[in-house]
Amino acid sequence: MVVFAIFFLLPRIVGQTPEGMAQRYVGRDSSPEAIEATVKRLHLDDSIPTQYGRFVKAIFFGDDYSLGPQKAHCPAPCLGFSFNNNQPVWNEITRRLPVTASLALGAAVIWLISGVTTGVISALRRGSVFDRSSMSVALAGVSLPIYFTGLVALTVLSYKWGWFPGGGTYVSIVDNPAKWAYALVLPWVTLSFLYAAQYARFTRAGMLETMGEDYVRTARAKGLPERTVVTKHALRAAITPIVTIFGLDLGLLLGGAVLTESTFSLPGLGKLVIDGIRNNDLPVVLGVTTFAALFIVIANLLVDIVYAMLDPKVRT
Amino acid sequence: MALGRRNAAGRRAGGTDSDSLLQDGPRQAPGTDPSRSFLEARDLRIHFPTDDGLVKAVDGLSFTLERGKTLGIVGESGSGKSVTSLGILGLHRKAHAKVSGEIWLGGDELISASDEEVRRLRGKRMAMIFQDPLSALHPYYTIGHQIIEAYRVHNKASKKAARAHAIAMLAKVGIPRPDSRVDDYPHQFSGGMRQRAMIAMALSCDPDLLIADEPTTALDVTVQAQILELIQTLQAEFDSAVIMITHDLGVVAEMADDILVMYAGRAVEYGTIGDIFHRPEHPYTWGLLKSMPRLDRDREERLVPIHGTPPSLINRPSGCAFHPRCAFGERNGDLSRTVVPELAEAAPGHWVACHLDPDERRAIRVEQLRLGS
Repeated sequence: MVVFAIFFLLPRIVGQTPEGMAQRYVGRDSSPEAIEATVKRLHLDDSIPTQYGRFVKAIFFGDDYSLGPQKAHCPAPCLGFSFNNNQPVWNEITRRLPVTASLALGAAVIWLISGVTTGVISALRRGSVFDRSSMSVALAGVSLPIYFTGLVALTVLSYKWGWFPGGGTYVSIVDNPAKWAYALVLPWVTLSFLYAAQYARFTRAGMLETMGEDYVRTARAKGLPERTVVTKHALRAAITPIVTIFGLDLGLLLGGAVLTESTFSLPGLGKLVIDGIRNNDLPVVLGVTTFAALFIVIANLLVDIVYAMLDPKVRT
Repeated sequence: MALGRRNAAGRRAGGTDSDSLLQDGPRQAPGTDPSRSFLEARDLRIHFPTDDGLVKAVDGLSFTLERGKTLGIVGESGSGKSVTSLGILGLHRKAHAKVSGEIWLGGDELISASDEEVRRLRGKRMAMIFQDPLSALHPYYTIGHQIIEAYRVHNKASKKAARAHAIAMLAKVGIPRPDSRVDDYPHQFSGGMRQRAMIAMALSCDPDLLIADEPTTALDVTVQAQILELIQTLQAEFDSAVIMITHDLGVVAEMADDILVMYAGRAVEYGTIGDIFHRPEHPYTWGLLKSMPRLDRDREERLVPIHGTPPSLINRPSGCAFHPRCAFGERNGDLSRTVVPELAEAAPGHWVACHLDPDERRAIRVEQLRLGS
């Protein structure tokens, strides 16, 4: 439902006229006749509900476009053709998804482990030097935008010291796993820094709360070792809301980590949509946005399911 | 009633003289040979340093308890009852609380013991039942899991054997269909059932000492009686010592052999149930008794509240902490305001911390409580 609403509303927000869009397609110096023909061919002059119907139908059944003299068939998950290179948007998305997925999943592993660990230790040693310094770093992490930390990391670690490759050196994991990982280290660290900072703060707050709960006292009164008390009782309760946020964050990122991908010139979905916006390539923007919306909806659904598994009260 | 059942049940106490102790008979004074009593606290102090000052939550508390006996600790909120019980279990974190004194449990001294040593005793030799079973049980684990966890941390048992034990414990505390309810979560239990499950968990390792911290406060009155009866039955079966912490004198009247009345972190009166209910010596105890409705009194008689509020534990009133609220504090000049009264034996086994002259005190008591004895 949400997905459909988004790709229905998006072109309206962009506010393009049919002629404007057709001009993008045909080229700058085009005759009014050519524009007129393109508008007809792409059905840009149809009413909005009709266009919308075509769009939805194309996603499920594919569509035929007449590109110049020849006809092109766009198979089932059809999101239209890019104005720029006449490629089906869907192909472009599937080509770039592995890049974004590599970035997002890798970073997710890093931030989840580092963020939650830091948060737990901070909560257990509240007020200690570790707590104060890690929370200061976390505050910086939440406050600094990726294009700042990313650029600093690139400048210092890549260009100045040469420890890591610079931007635009992405290789597929299938071709060369070592190079793939090497190229992604900086983007992973930069992206996970932001999220790890947030998660450390969430975890710390959650742990401080649950460590004071009666059931944690009960766990101690049972004579459980402190490690069990912390992990199986306090953390188990504190982690539930974090899992929820994690699912949503990951879903959001899989739809394109725009800033990170732009900063490190990674050919992912975020870069695709940014380029699409820059080139006024409406089908690309529309396609990626729809795709990203789909991820968010799926993530929400998964979060609800996982939440029910984690919290028995939701189940009954 | 309670005593009869307790005596009738089989005991496995070896070497303790609890059988010979009559309910109202002479009892051991605090501060004697620790090998004699099963549980003994000597000069227990639990202080919390805070930004506002030192909170003396428990300040020089001594008591003894034998197996099979019940000690009731009574007092208002903030009198240090719960802090004492958590202190016995060693649940105060060393970073936050300064605990000093001695606690002897069956020959082991707990305060000087290492955290790890106390942890091994916790749950196994001493267990606790908490006030609100809903918040004291972990919401994300099944009842069975939580009992199994408590059992397996101290006993080498397979998961299957531990589960069978958990089901047996649930059956023992009167939970119907325990073999299916064992997989339920706490929120699927009613309040009384939860407290039963909590008791099953506390008793799963057959502890020698059971501390019940206001076990019935969060429950319906009808359920309260059932839970208290359950604790008594199981106490008889396991021959455990029980500390019953409550502000409800009705509960201790039903359950306890001895009563310790606490005020502002100190014991103000300590004696057998007969001492406290029939021969109370301390003005605070009189106040507690007068504010309690009783079935054996004239219904026209008004309940008298104790005026004022419990004192701050940071700036305790000088002298006797109760003197600002005491109607008789002026009778011996400045004494109550300046000197902290020591706990002194008013009768054998009956201790009271009050400056009033014993004869005068007894005269006031007769007038106050209109008691013949």
